[in-house]
Amino acid sequence: MFDKNEINLLKQKKSVWQKKLDEQIKKRPERQQEFITDSGINIETAYTPSNLNTEGIDLSLPGEYPYTRGVQPNLYRGRHWTMRQYAGFGTAEETNKRFRYLLDQGQTGLSVAFDLPTQIGFDSDHPLAMGEVGKVGVAIDSIIDMETLFNGIPLDKVSTSMTINSPAAILLAMYIAVAEKQGVTPDKLNGTIQNDILKEYIARGTYIFPPTQSMRLITDIFDYCAKNIANWNTISISGYHIREAGSTAVQEIAFTLADGIAYVQAALDSGLNVDDFAPRLSFFFNAHLNFLEEIAKFRAARRLWAKIMKERFGAKSPKSMMLRFHTQTAGCTLTAQQPDVNIIRVAFQALSAVLGGTQSLHTNSRDEALALPNEDSVLIALRTQQVIGYEIGVADTVDPLGGSYMIENLTDEIEKKAMEYIEKIDSMGGAPEAIEYMQKEIQQSAYRYQTDIEKHKKVVIGLNKFIMESERPKGLLKVDPAVGERQVEKLAKLKSQRDNDKVGQLLNQLGRVALGNDNLMPYFIEAVKNYATLGEICGVLREVYGEYKQQIVF
Amino acid sequence: MNNKPIRVLVAKPGLDGHDRGAKVIAQALRDAGMEVIYTGLRQTPEQIVQAALQEDVNVVALSSLSGAHLHLFPPVVKGLKNNNAGDIWVLGGGVIPDEDIPLLKKAGIVEVFGPGTNTKSVVDYIKGKLNG
Repeated sequence: MFDKNEINLLKQKKSVWQKKLDEQIKKRPERQQEFITDSGINIETAYTPSNLNTEGIDLSLPGEYPYTRGVQPNLYRGRHWTMRQYAGFGTAEETNKRFRYLLDQGQTGLSVAFDLPTQIGFDSDHPLAMGEVGKVGVAIDSIIDMETLFNGIPLDKVSTSMTINSPAAILLAMYIAVAEKQGVTPDKLNGTIQNDILKEYIARGTYIFPPTQSMRLITDIFDYCAKNIANWNTISISGYHIREAGSTAVQEIAFTLADGIAYVQAALDSGLNVDDFAPRLSFFFNAHLNFLEEIAKFRAARRLWAKIMKERFGAKSPKSMMLRFHTQTAGCTLTAQQPDVNIIRVAFQALSAVLGGTQSLHTNSRDEALALPNEDSVLIALRTQQVIGYEIGVADTVDPLGGSYMIENLTDEIEKKAMEYIEKIDSMGGAPEAIEYMQKEIQQSAYRYQTDIEKHKKVVIGLNKFIMESERPKGLLKVDPAVGERQVEKLAKLKSQRDNDKVGQLLNQLGRVALGNDNLMPYFIEAVKNYATLGEICGVLREVYGEYKQQIVF
Repeated sequence: MNNKPIRVLVAKPGLDGHDRGAKVIAQALRDAGMEVIYTGLRQTPEQIVQAALQEDVNVVALSSLSGAHLHLFPPVVKGLKNNNAGDIWVLGGGVIPDEDIPLLKKAGIVEVFGPGTNTKSVVDYIKGKLNG
């Protein structure tokens, strides 16, 4: 495809051009000494075919290995990405209302935010839940809350993503049980559980159990879903929170794929066949501010994962090699100052995710540096996706920036740098052994990012440039402080009405099975159907498995 | 006081896992010459009080982004006072609505730093308070 002589001529031509340019720059310096991405990749003045990896050029089409250009041949020409706003606060009643509002406004999938006690496996009446109930998500203590959450929403018609990790199996069990009450069998369910414990240790913090036991819960889910809920995404291996914690784009995909490798390895070690579970692995990335680097990042992640699955794990099914991902715009880039400017940041971030071929997307709301978003803000965020999807033409072709010398070069660079990290993590024994290493790397990047802002090397509009006195927006969402009490009352009522002997038996049984090798999923389903609470089930597992102790890296 | 380095406990009360800000602040204070101890995640107010006493700090810097600050910050001040350590300054940071700031100050939190705070302003604040 590329003639060597032509490329050499082009290189010569470019070096002459560069010399001329350098002389000009001496007279009139550029606005920055150097142009470097956060990942430390040098950005050239202009790119030509000589920047392409002409030896091993990737000429794959969309839907072809290594899926650099996308996992489907026609992508959004068939169907738009799923527009899926992460939502949840207060009680199940309130969140159900928000879900219905979003569906009425044209949202195409649900995404549940749980409160911290739920994510950490405490019921709302636990002392450590004090002040946290319903704050950053919805409080779910038992199947009764779960039923209310999806009241009037047919679970065979929507897909639901649940940001739940340590207790993912139990929330999935509740979802399955609620669906059954609606008359929907598990094979009709579509959705995702995050179920990614490694990034909880690394960057997000809602861990409960130690790594070995957590990995067992995860592989139980892989196995159960492969046999019973074929369309369920059993894990969403997440770079989002790693990026939010301060990593660079390269670190985000490197650490995420390193986590992915660990899950695949754990599943293989438990006796599963790669092509039985790998097609249901999914990913979750951040869309940050450096527009072009982000687009290249998504492309590089797809190519890397395809190679890893094929070459390292010997996957045969193309579906095992396809990296499908959800994207959320970068919460950490939102400012409390001049919050309406966030609408613009979000729009560009969302566009990068679409140009990068995301399967689903959450757009952040303008007020999220200050509070959970109110209805008006969420509506603008959703409309932003709809403008991208319906009005500006970018969804009419697949990977429109593929073939751009710059984007292709950046894709190669990111892949190379990410692979170096993955090799380093491999040499440490894999992601579970490299948690503190990754934390340290992330922390250094976060500090550098902050220092760059404070030294004005990085501009944040409204914060260190174009500063204006602006009033705080009115009408921020405030969670009713009484939600905690209401949940506690609901729990007391539940415990007085259910068959407590039966619950006790099921919990005892669960403790025994947790120590053995049987798949735990059917036992979770049985327990939640009989109104065992999330906190009770996690309490049994805490006793049997112990709890993870964080190493303080600082 | 002026010769001895300022000692700061940076703490994460409650269940919140957002520690980027806490760690950045901790590192900035350390770079400014202070001795900094970071508690890690999921500390109860009682644990934070104990750590502050044990480490003999001048300042406790609390960070919360989960909205539980009204429940978690005041007990730290109270606990310190109950242990005759009311001279330890307690600062707060994170996503804290404007209308909550007077409530926190009334409960004895000396200052609250919100999103977008320059780390230098926190350094200057602490140095000014303790050396000034």
